[in-house]
Amino acid sequence: MKNYWQDKNIEVAIGNLLRWGVILSSLIVFTGGIIYLANTGGTVPDYKTFHGLLLPYHSFSEVLSGIKDLKGEAIIQLGVIFLIATPVARVAFSIIGFAWEKDILYIFLTLIVLCIIITSLALGVKG
Amino acid sequence: MTILTFTLIIFLGSMLAGFLGSLTGLGGGIVIIPMLSLLFGVDIRYAIGTSIVAVIATSSGAAAAYVKEGITNIRLGMFLEIATTIGAIVGAFLAVYAPTHLIAIIFGGILIFSAVLSFQKKVHFIKNEPATGWAKALKLNSNYPDINGNKIDYSVKNVGGGFAMMWVAGILSGLLGIGSGALKVLAMDNIMKIPFKVSTTTSNFMIGVTAAASAVVYFQRGYIDPGLCLPVTLGVLIGAFFGSRILTRAQTKGLRIVFAIVITILAIEMIYNGATHRL
Repeated sequence: MKNYWQDKNIEVAIGNLLRWGVILSSLIVFTGGIIYLANTGGTVPDYKTFHGLLLPYHSFSEVLSGIKDLKGEAIIQLGVIFLIATPVARVAFSIIGFAWEKDILYIFLTLIVLCIIITSLALGVKG
Repeated sequence: MTILTFTLIIFLGSMLAGFLGSLTGLGGGIVIIPMLSLLFGVDIRYAIGTSIVAVIATSSGAAAAYVKEGITNIRLGMFLEIATTIGAIVGAFLAVYAPTHLIAIIFGGILIFSAVLSFQKKVHFIKNEPATGWAKALKLNSNYPDINGNKIDYSVKNVGGGFAMMWVAGILSGLLGIGSGALKVLAMDNIMKIPFKVSTTTSNFMIGVTAAASAVVYFQRGYIDPGLCLPVTLGVLIGAFFGSRILTRAQTKGLRIVFAIVITILAIEMIYNGATHRL
């Protein structure tokens, strides 16, 4: 079997994808953090009790509207979303490598993994 | 305490956690949860949500370095990810409904287990037998380059057993907000009999995706708080970066013992606090 993964440096490309995903997410979290620390005075939020969804920024739309108002917390959450998306992007990217090798079985298995993650995205919404 | 002081202290603690986690190979997540819940009194659900984000950060950061070495078995990793991601979702939902003191007790148990495993002598399996059954159907046998660049062929055994173990590793990862790298390596080393050079990198390959599957559940349930993610994510990343830089030079045996003792003490505290319903 041809080893596309090693020969064509697709592994190096995936490594770069991960590295840049982490760097980008960290920069967004850092930027949001500066705004958050500059604007939020006072004492530490009450982390002793779990507030769940009583606090904002736990869905994509809430995060987006928070960013429009330049809320530090919303920007941090955007960085977190990017971070979570990074390994998922790696899985999606692997399809290219398997397609090049014409490995139908592994294109299929990769799609299953992606479907599982999408399912968890849908299941995660509190009903 | 002001928010700035709190953020700085957690940042420094996370940096240390990331540094030690990467030096000892136990990962940063395993210290984040006891640090937040025992030291700072943070609700364990916030601690779990923050930890899973830190796990994704460190595993993706480390993977960039691993991938260059070209010893990840991508097919094996992708196939086993089916088990770990399904497990992760099951685990995340168990976490939503399980009482927190029970989670604390299970966490303590896994903490001790991981500390013990980190001392296990690595047995370097290189079996090279013709592929049969699942290993053949899934094209799992592969090779990796040794120091001289020669290709070393290896075969994968007991695919079903490894798959089942990975499912369990996924559940624990989703339930506790950790990478469960120790369990993943155990499944590949001891059950599937693949060389540990390959199992370590392949395990790391799977940790990020597994954690992402449960993180999307946690995110939407309010477990992931920006005020905690800020210092923990950045701190763990910086710590892990420096840890991996000196990893090749430092003598880690003594450090491992100290770290294992610290982890065991934390584990006992987690179990005690869980049993007395304080967590």
